[in-house]
Amino acid sequence: MRRRNRAGMWMVLPLTIFTLIFVAAPLLYMVFLSFASQSSSGFGVEWKFTLENYKRILDPVYRNTFYGSLRLAFSTTALNILLGYPFGYFMAKLSAKKKKAAVLFLMLPFWLNSLIRLYGWIILLQKKGLVNEVLLRLHLIDKPLKILYSYPAILIGMVYVLLPFMALSVYSSAEKLDWSLAEAARDLGAGRCYAFFTIIFPLTLPGLFSGIILTFIPSMGLFFIADILGGNKIVLVGSLIQEQMTRGNNWPFAAALAMVLLVVTSLLLGLYKKLTNSDVLEGIG
Amino acid sequence: MKNKLIELRNLTKNFDDQQVLKGISLDIYENEFLTLLGPSGCGKTTTLRIIAGFEEPSDGQVLFNGIEISKVPPYKREVNTVFQKYALFPHLNVADNIAFGLNLKKVEKSVISQKVERMLKMVGLSGFENRDVTLLSGGQQQRVAIARALVNEPKVLLLDEPLGALDAKIRKQMQLELKKIQREVGITFVYVTHDQEEALSMSDAVVVMNNGEIQQIGTPTDIYNEPENRFVASFIGESNIIEGHMIRDYLVEFDDFQFECVDKGFEDNEEVEVVLRPEDLDIVEPEHAKITGVVRDITFKGVHYEIMIETEKRMYNVHTTDYAPVGKKIGLLFGPEDIHVMCKMGAY
Repeated sequence: MRRRNRAGMWMVLPLTIFTLIFVAAPLLYMVFLSFASQSSSGFGVEWKFTLENYKRILDPVYRNTFYGSLRLAFSTTALNILLGYPFGYFMAKLSAKKKKAAVLFLMLPFWLNSLIRLYGWIILLQKKGLVNEVLLRLHLIDKPLKILYSYPAILIGMVYVLLPFMALSVYSSAEKLDWSLAEAARDLGAGRCYAFFTIIFPLTLPGLFSGIILTFIPSMGLFFIADILGGNKIVLVGSLIQEQMTRGNNWPFAAALAMVLLVVTSLLLGLYKKLTNSDVLEGIG
Repeated sequence: MKNKLIELRNLTKNFDDQQVLKGISLDIYENEFLTLLGPSGCGKTTTLRIIAGFEEPSDGQVLFNGIEISKVPPYKREVNTVFQKYALFPHLNVADNIAFGLNLKKVEKSVISQKVERMLKMVGLSGFENRDVTLLSGGQQQRVAIARALVNEPKVLLLDEPLGALDAKIRKQMQLELKKIQREVGITFVYVTHDQEEALSMSDAVVVMNNGEIQQIGTPTDIYNEPENRFVASFIGESNIIEGHMIRDYLVEFDDFQFECVDKGFEDNEEVEVVLRPEDLDIVEPEHAKITGVVRDITFKGVHYEIMIETEKRMYNVHTTDYAPVGKKIGLLFGPEDIHVMCKMGAY
């Protein structure tokens, strides 16, 4: 028994070392960095303990950036649930052949750089773009809408980029479902709707949960969507960090922002896990 | 006379281009244990699903107490189903699974728990209320599935190969129990299986199906002893099937000999097929029998020997407790009541 445990320990050693070097160490480095400060020359880091960076985040400008990011992340996730759940669910109900095609089409955009795909959205959303053109032709609007470089444009871009993750997680959950369960419910006196909400929906929750996590976390940090479709007008935490690292050259402050982002996201996930009581998540631990 | 509960009238069902039911007509009576028996793909499950309401027939009628119901959704029918793989709700415990139908009908909580308890007692799972259904054995899950269906007090219980996933010993035990439960609750069971032994040992009536058509309807004894055609004879039990012709009523000729039999109603000289069940044949000294042959193979089967006997015309399969060494010349003896004459079947 003990011998086997020891053998097992040796087996996981490479993984442990890998994790230590590539995950734990950089994270620890970032923690230290966040308590340091930018050197007065403007380049490099001055290694002296300070809470200045964290104090600075409490400034309304940065605090509001966090609120804005959270709001966007929540709306993105909510829209993704509304669109992605039915998407994944009905995909799972297709015939085996159509299923394969549907998954392929859903994965297809992944083969193209998402930056390029977002530039595609600029063409669609601009003043004389396809969306406005169609709406005008249908006489739904009198003059072109200013969608591009606005909050809705960012939201559209976010939902677009993250939708496959939600759809695929729900799909993987629904795909494993025993459809005779729905028949059993209907046999026992349930209408289609009741059968869905009492049997099918609860059993696809693991997929929905992992979909939520897979869309919520990235949507807190996807800065380039806001940059491209928001026209730099709306600043998110992600873009703030990126800016501090590159143009601002203030790595310690960027590290502090990243730490706060990490803590906020973890807290929200912890709260969420507690509320939904879900230990089992589809695909991820 | 028992009351007709369900009448199927000339049901057909097409899936895409394939016709899986080719005109099924069947009466199902009250308090009857009726089995749909046939090889896979014969349409037995489709027939059951039409009765349950999961499929609509392409043509034909389903009458329930004389009222057409083929367009009525499953939740409005007075039938409940026990599914092949149980289809228990994995996120509900045993009691909540059983109470599912009652909760839907807004039955009072105290009544529900009483009924659940009574059902669990009947299927032999008293005290299992709070168990996790996914942790039960196959046999226990099956019992919960039966309780879940019966607690709604349906007029008919439909069972779709419910014992298929269980091992042989538990299957035997569940067969007996199902029969007992059926007598206890006194409702109609419609049972689908491909296992002929299961069908024969449990049913009041057996419907043998093949290729979307009913081959024969009858009691287990009828089906076994008086198969109507070659398919029924070969599907149910082992048999020697021999081509011959009726000389006249009560006299049949095959393998160049004439035999007295108990069958009548055929035309004189009509081409027929004769079934001789292996266990109805005896081996005797050659001079005591018309048909003689040589033992080619003998296998010990526990209760009996299976002996392959080669005669001038064919190979006979004989089940007997007597022993005969390979190569020995022997005679085959059988009485008039052992000969079962059937109409000749077209292409099979």
